[in-house]
Amino acid sequence: MMQPLLFELGSPGRAGYSLPELDVPASGLPLDLLREELPLPELTEREVVQHFTRLSQLNFSVDTGFYPLGSCTMKYNPKMHEEVARYAGFTQIHPWQHESTVQGALQLMYELQKYLAEITGLPAVSLEPVAGAHGELTGMLIIRAHHLARGEESRTTVLVPDSAHGTNPASAAMCGYRVATLLSDQRGNIDVCELDRLMDQSVAGLMLTNPNTLGLFEEHILQVAEIVHGRGGLIYCDGANMNALLGIAKPGELGADVLHLNLHKTFSTPHGGGGPGGGATAVTDELSAFLPTPVVACREPGGADAQDVKYYLDYDRPGSIGPVSGFYGNFGVMVKAYAYLRSLGESGLREVAENAVLNANYILHQLRGYYDLPYDRSCLHECVFSGKVQAKLGVHTLDIAKRLIDLGFHPPTVYFPLNVDEALMIEPTETESIATLDAFVAAMRQIAVEAERDPEGVLGAPRTTPVGRLDEVGAARKPNLRWHGNHLLEE
Amino acid sequence: MSSYIPNTAADRARMLDAMGVDSVEELFDVIPAEKRYPGLALPGPLSEIEVRRLLRGLAEKNADLDHHPCFLGAGSYHHFIPSVVDHIVRRGEFYTAYTPYQPEVSQGTLTSIYEFQTMVCALTGMDVANASMYDGATALAEAGLMAARVTRRYRLLVAASSHPTHRRVLRTYTQGMGIEIQEVRRSEDGSIDASHAEELLDDGVAALMVQNPNFLGCLEDLALLSDLAHAVGALLVVSVDPVALGLFKAPGDLSADIVVGEGQSLGSPPSYGGPCLGLFACREKHLRQMPGRLVGMTTDAKGRRGFVLTLQPREQHIRREKATSNICSNEALVALAAAVYMAVMGKQGLRQVAELSYHKAHYAAEGIAAVPGYERLLGAFFKEFVIRTPVSPSVVNGRLWDRGIIGGYDLTAEYPDLTGCLLFCVTEMNTKNEIDGLVEVLKEIAEEG
Repeated sequence: MMQPLLFELGSPGRAGYSLPELDVPASGLPLDLLREELPLPELTEREVVQHFTRLSQLNFSVDTGFYPLGSCTMKYNPKMHEEVARYAGFTQIHPWQHESTVQGALQLMYELQKYLAEITGLPAVSLEPVAGAHGELTGMLIIRAHHLARGEESRTTVLVPDSAHGTNPASAAMCGYRVATLLSDQRGNIDVCELDRLMDQSVAGLMLTNPNTLGLFEEHILQVAEIVHGRGGLIYCDGANMNALLGIAKPGELGADVLHLNLHKTFSTPHGGGGPGGGATAVTDELSAFLPTPVVACREPGGADAQDVKYYLDYDRPGSIGPVSGFYGNFGVMVKAYAYLRSLGESGLREVAENAVLNANYILHQLRGYYDLPYDRSCLHECVFSGKVQAKLGVHTLDIAKRLIDLGFHPPTVYFPLNVDEALMIEPTETESIATLDAFVAAMRQIAVEAERDPEGVLGAPRTTPVGRLDEVGAARKPNLRWHGNHLLEE
Repeated sequence: MSSYIPNTAADRARMLDAMGVDSVEELFDVIPAEKRYPGLALPGPLSEIEVRRLLRGLAEKNADLDHHPCFLGAGSYHHFIPSVVDHIVRRGEFYTAYTPYQPEVSQGTLTSIYEFQTMVCALTGMDVANASMYDGATALAEAGLMAARVTRRYRLLVAASSHPTHRRVLRTYTQGMGIEIQEVRRSEDGSIDASHAEELLDDGVAALMVQNPNFLGCLEDLALLSDLAHAVGALLVVSVDPVALGLFKAPGDLSADIVVGEGQSLGSPPSYGGPCLGLFACREKHLRQMPGRLVGMTTDAKGRRGFVLTLQPREQHIRREKATSNICSNEALVALAAAVYMAVMGKQGLRQVAELSYHKAHYAAEGIAAVPGYERLLGAFFKEFVIRTPVSPSVVNGRLWDRGIIGGYDLTAEYPDLTGCLLFCVTEMNTKNEIDGLVEVLKEIAEEG
């Protein structure tokens, strides 16, 4: 039985809060401006807690199971992060407080900028973007500002590989760029000949993900960088897959000019069911003038200014693209990323990358022969199979995903990247044990066998969930996006 | 030291053996050798005890609102958060889940978003609301882009009385899109100069964008502004304080076309400016131009009710460069906090929060204005008001801080004509004692000169 909605619970006159009595004289309210009714629920605290607790139990989560969602880096989220991020000295500080009263916050941000610069090999960092796509927009606006500052207004196209996440072309388009798609070569790399042909004076740069969304390292990355840079373009690197490279390689040394990190992926801040995230964006020295305002800066010791404002918000950046959010970014997320980095240090970060890559290759190896492997080479942090063999039997990737749910696993990312038919993109992360990987492999093999012997059984999945497959076509055709009442519970 | 990694040396050996690979390092051979293992100059790993000590030390270097009366607002607010909100948000089933792409195992998140959308519609009086944007500033920027798509016009009029940073973010977001931005002046009483708006409005304008209550705390005449905008076929975009909507008429009932706002006040702490919560609501007829995720109600094959992400062809993962926005991750967990907050405060509670804030702010404003040397400027307000101070605002704030009070927002830099003025904010969190203490210290400051 489904949980009723908030709007189907409660009763007129119930309340779930307690507020103090007004302790000052009341002032006259502007009666003509007041609303007559506020159609919000009327519930006791107990009803609210029960409702949302029950809802939570309808979710699959990292805390409850294996979540090998490709490109999402669903690693374990340390509980200590949740505790330290809730210190009153972090949550109960106001963004307009005088800098002298928030030195701890500014120090944390300054040091986090420094650590992220070190990890990426790109010396200037903005913590202001609050999500990956937000970092992309920030980075592409910086690239645009760079070309405009050099008078190169003819650069109106951005090259985006066919394997790229959809946010890449969308972010480029939000900067006014035309998007040209670059095809991949036989080994899943950017097609260097095609790049060589397209990269000219009309191109602002290349947006690239490395390792790419096939989980593969770009084998010709140095050559790619040489072609793009040699013709005046810049390279935007989508750092969504940075978990593979922590302490292994620095994107800045591989030719990236701009890169965003997903603090909610790589630095485990968690994902929150779709945010809040952190899209810290790192750039070369040459591009640092264009970063969003403000950047957290540190005064040299012995300077003329008062010592209590060692760390400050630097707004004096005339070349800046301007601010990209209302304040300084998702500070609460930064606290968690900082705690993670301090917990792990260099050795811990390298272990993360090594074990993430080892786990992905183990799965790749164990499922080879059961599912089609479009690019059969060792992967980095994730591997991409195709369900096309099973599709011929009438069992599509979506069916495989739904069957996995019944076997106790969250499905991998499906139908992405777009350059693989019936794609299944599996990212185990470093925080899963060999026992979990083996159980997942066994489930995937079982489904491959079922696809041959009992395809109907797979098509009916999932059977263990509170609802079965939902009518998405109907949902889009006649959208019901808010409660209108009168949609009584079935059953 | 823990990296939260379960693989032991024996596990690794077993896995490598199964794969026929000699070492983990071999898996990285594809990376150019001269770029491999660059070394990271980072501080060494720390234990949980040490990290917590370190973080507590940093937290304690900050003056927090649990220990200091605060009269700052200007886009981030100190409102009451019932304990139940964080209790729910801390459930691992919510905060360690991803975006609900697999609806059968994500009904918890999907249902709560549908409830959030419903309550944002209730609050704003609009037809549809999305699952959230990053914050109030980017929600405003996206509203500007959406208005341009809807009207196919490329000029936006934004009130100078709206949040200065939000206006800047609007410029950042539109800089590559060939959109022109013009600012509409403020009138004497602090509200938008409607005659200036009328002068600038023509059939090239996509939207008139205003904030209510505006950045200076004042109430705008939305009915008049919507008439002016609609007369030339432009949209009216209104940026709101959701707490104010506990008390004041919904912009949807005053003909707004897009309503955006900063939702942090609904159950989340100021947190040094983030995470925030972008609210975004519009009319049904513009639904397909809306940015961001939407959750819709549907059924499964057995007729059971369920919720799914819907109308995804607007979004980047389907439409790529033709999407309505590049947004993917939003502020889901903050939206959940807002949903819990609205559920527990409900019909009566939000109104009471708004009324307490209103009355306390007016009590404070009268108290301060009665002190010789101080003057309240501008017209009718909600919970923020402008005070001209006898000595410079930075001196006033400095002296308040000497007494442990976090003062107001100095308007000097953003509004040169309000040089020498502070914007004070008072909410239900400020007690009478705190307000009287503020007035007392302000009096001493004036007397000391």
